[in-house]
Amino acid sequence: MSLYNPHAGRPQIRIARNTVLMIILLAFALATLFPIYYMIISSFGEPVEAGAMDYKLVPSSFSLESYKFFFEFSEYTYRWLLNSLIVATTVMVTNVLFASMAGYAFSKIQFKGRAAIFSLLLIAMMIPYQVTQVPLYILIVNIFEIQNTYTALILPGLVTVYNIFLAKQFMGSIPNEILECAKIEGCNQFQIYFRIILPLSKTVLAVMAILTFMDNWNTFFWPFLVTNSMDMQTIQVGLKNFRFANTTYFAPMMAGATISALPMFILFFSLQKYFLEGVTVGAVKG
Amino acid sequence: MTEYAKPIKRRKIKGDAAWGYAFIAVALLVFAMFTLYPVISALIISFQKYKPIGSEFVGFENYTETFKDKLFWKAIVNTVVYTVLTVPVSLLLSFAVSIMILPLKKKMQTVFKAVYYLPAVASGVALSLVWLWIFDPMPVGIFNKVTSFFGLGTHNWLGSSAYAMFSLVLMAWLSSHGTSIIIYLAALLGIDGSYYEAAELDGASFFQKLWYIVVPCLKPTTLFLLVTGVIGSFQVFQNAYLMTGGGPDNATTMVGLLIFNNAFKYFEFGKAAAQSLVLAAIIAVISFIQFKFLGKDVEY
Repeated sequence: MSLYNPHAGRPQIRIARNTVLMIILLAFALATLFPIYYMIISSFGEPVEAGAMDYKLVPSSFSLESYKFFFEFSEYTYRWLLNSLIVATTVMVTNVLFASMAGYAFSKIQFKGRAAIFSLLLIAMMIPYQVTQVPLYILIVNIFEIQNTYTALILPGLVTVYNIFLAKQFMGSIPNEILECAKIEGCNQFQIYFRIILPLSKTVLAVMAILTFMDNWNTFFWPFLVTNSMDMQTIQVGLKNFRFANTTYFAPMMAGATISALPMFILFFSLQKYFLEGVTVGAVKG
Repeated sequence: MTEYAKPIKRRKIKGDAAWGYAFIAVALLVFAMFTLYPVISALIISFQKYKPIGSEFVGFENYTETFKDKLFWKAIVNTVVYTVLTVPVSLLLSFAVSIMILPLKKKMQTVFKAVYYLPAVASGVALSLVWLWIFDPMPVGIFNKVTSFFGLGTHNWLGSSAYAMFSLVLMAWLSSHGTSIIIYLAALLGIDGSYYEAAELDGASFFQKLWYIVVPCLKPTTLFLLVTGVIGSFQVFQNAYLMTGGGPDNATTMVGLLIFNNAFKYFEFGKAAAQSLVLAAIIAVISFIQFKFLGKDVEY
């Protein structure tokens, strides 16, 4: 009763078939993982100029000199990591808070203009970011004059429409009876939100938190536009600068890339369930 | 009774409405300031020769210049080529992989899902650095070693206009299918077993089941991935910017990169705004066409 023939009587055929599938999948997995593998093993090479070396697929020596080289590139290298952490954490917290509040209002509270406002948000989601990038830059840099500050890095991402949509979708499935009971018990809307909606939405909020943190840790474009001194850059922008300043230093470049990616790998492997759930949540029906 | 009940009920609704507005207040403010205002502002700037103080109104000049600009059309063609080469192949690849994952045990499914998703977790900047070295033009470069092993010779992958686009496409093929595999697999697991049962009673083969049950059942998923894939691909900027800078000879200049260059390299904000709105219009039209022709019998 499935796509594949279960081969009920002959398990050896099923095992053989699954083995063949596994081998194909494994080959494809190797191709997918190769760049990451290559990045990590190469980062342990000596920090010499690329012309003097050959690329190896299996490391012949183990040295942390390239990491040292990367951190010594500028006095702000640690600061880049700290900046990324500050920005990503703040944006994560504000998104969970404000998107869950808005999601609750859009899914469960009756007020005038609710449908109209929500459709406006959805339509705006389809506008490519190239349209807003120039006016946003002008707003932050020429009007507010706050370039090169944490505020400039954080403010535009304070709460995203996508996260509001995610929260609304999930909270819409919470039964109204629970909320009505709470109302009869004398809860006001804030108490309902805080004591009932938030605990029931833990999963979707965790997914939202993780994906928002990842997006903001990895984002390059906006920090690149609004920062102009080394001490305010994030790790992604710093990595790009490092590359242009040291075009021939292969191993240190890989060390820097590994450093920028490692926190996300650790997060991914410890919270894998939420990452994988996050892909499908709110994405498709059927 | 009703006379007493009414005012109480009305007051309650009124109170709730106030809570509603309070709950969306911050979100709405952020939206108005950082999305709505910029969109309106982009529209205004696109009719101006922008200066920090005293921009002058130039009518449709930015638009007419855009349509006369050979580079703009070249960027459109590049973007279309990139999209046509990446999106359908990625879809097909993800579909095939998710079909192959399906019969495995739950644990193995999770392992493969995690493995294929991993590149999406690493930052684009980090990955572009790695690929930059994989495509090293010297004979010792990894990719050159692979191609010369198969007798295809060595090439200046990112540095020649013949191969630069292909190199970016290859990179996309190998690092951007995790999400679609997971979504496809979720949809595959959601297909009702009774369809297969009925097909088996009629003696349907594996490929018949695949074609007559799986493909139609996954149509909404495919449409969703296609539309989001094309939208994403039309906005592609980062890889081209970091790996080739649009070169050589603008062979990899896509619309996203062209707009960026006009805005932040040449500071022609008016032109950039006009081009970004043209891009938005193109994306809207393409999405509409996809829904119109492929979404006919899709129910949501």
